[in-house]
Amino acid sequence: MTSQPKIQLRNVAKAFGNKVVLDGIDLDVGVGESVVIIGGSGTGKSVLLKSILGLLTPDQGSIKVDGEDVIGMGTSARERVNQKFGMLFQGAALFDSLPVWENVTFGLLAEKRCTREQAHYIAIDKLAMVGMNADVADLMPSQLSGGMQKRVGLARAIASDPEIIFFDEPTTGLDPIMADVINDLIVKVTREVGATALSITHDMASARKIANRIAMLYEGKIIWQGPVEDIDNSGNEHVDQFINGRAEGPIQMAIRA
Amino acid sequence: MNPVQAIGRVFLNFLATTGRLITFMMVGLSHAVRAPYYPRIIVRQMIDIGYYSLPVVGMTALFTGMILALQSYTGFSRFSAEGAIANVVVLTITRELGPVLAGLMVAGRIGASLAAEIGTMRVTEQIDALTTLSTNPMKYLVAPRLIAGITMFPLLVLAADIIGVFGGYVVAVYKLGFNPANYLQNTWNFLTAEDINSGLVKAAVFGFIVTLMGCYHGYNSKGGAQGVGRATTNAVVSASILILCSDYIITEMFFAK
Repeated sequence: MTSQPKIQLRNVAKAFGNKVVLDGIDLDVGVGESVVIIGGSGTGKSVLLKSILGLLTPDQGSIKVDGEDVIGMGTSARERVNQKFGMLFQGAALFDSLPVWENVTFGLLAEKRCTREQAHYIAIDKLAMVGMNADVADLMPSQLSGGMQKRVGLARAIASDPEIIFFDEPTTGLDPIMADVINDLIVKVTREVGATALSITHDMASARKIANRIAMLYEGKIIWQGPVEDIDNSGNEHVDQFINGRAEGPIQMAIRA
Repeated sequence: MNPVQAIGRVFLNFLATTGRLITFMMVGLSHAVRAPYYPRIIVRQMIDIGYYSLPVVGMTALFTGMILALQSYTGFSRFSAEGAIANVVVLTITRELGPVLAGLMVAGRIGASLAAEIGTMRVTEQIDALTTLSTNPMKYLVAPRLIAGITMFPLLVLAADIIGVFGGYVVAVYKLGFNPANYLQNTWNFLTAEDINSGLVKAAVFGFIVTLMGCYHGYNSKGGAQGVGRATTNAVVSASILILCSDYIITEMFFAK
């Protein structure tokens, strides 16, 4: 890849106390690419994502977004970088004190890119993109099912036309059909918005569907990465064990924490 | 672990917590005085903290005033000083019991609900979501609540003063047979501006303490439902203790004058 990567991680490390969670991560995400990071629970996937978003500060290494080092950035510079981001949280993380339309357009309103009157119409537009009709806009998040909340979360993530969208376990807690609906939506909206996507998941069906490239995180390191077509012949025992979901293999689950 | 080590660890933890709290306070206050403001949220919090606390605070003040009249009658009638009852009731209510009891009641009502609300937002990643949507959570969540607490508490206490004095009046006149005009005259004659002012200063400080403790413990809660429960308890307990502690300090300051 000759052009500059959208996101570039070099030797990123993070420990909590003496527990090393990330141990020298190198990862490039190209413009318009969809990279999925797979790995078991507790392998540091969320920590990696939060480090890029600036919610956590890594102990060492560099994280560049569009060639700009974001670690140790001032608050206003950080806010400017974060305007490029959209994020779908695992539990959707909708604001339960606000109606759906205000949730969807929260970022736009915060950046004063529209008035409250316009916001209502924009919200209906964005909801349509994720296949929801206009009457949902005036409901409160607590009135929605889990799958619908995820879709509203997705509408919120794409509302400000982000250049990069992060997906944190987008299909966790959904039934297989709704999971597939969400996967389809992710593929569709990232293409429509023309965004770069970085997702973390342990759902292989989801990973195969939304990824151009897959990277596997294990014990704080990226142990394998490659195009999604190569995942079945990765030649890596850890990857084989993970994607086939076998209890036996080189990865030993810590039964007792 | 040897005892010296244990004591040292407790002491270091105490210092670390104090430092974190003071940092949190300074950041919260600095956001409270800098634009952008969130008037809609400030107003909503004012209604919640001020208006909806009125019944609780009013009932507390009413009964406190009534009890004060009865109890001081029991004491003063032994040396024929019944005339001082109006004086005792109004001074005790405005200087001390109005702000303190209102503070403690509202610490239970508002401190707990703030900690639970913000704590739930923390564990469901809503606070992280704010950051990704170009909104500073300290500015959006904490600052409006601090502003509402500091401004609404004195008003609440003013109402409590009036209701408390009225409670004392009702008991004195209808149960103890005092002359209404004399009682009111006595109440009014002994009252100075400083009695009211010291109570209102206390109220503003207590309002700050209650909202700060609710926000701080909620904001730093972790570990799911149990963590939110712990945050709620800590918010109420620490607010109550700090109220009593600062009450002494403020009384001492006004006493010295």
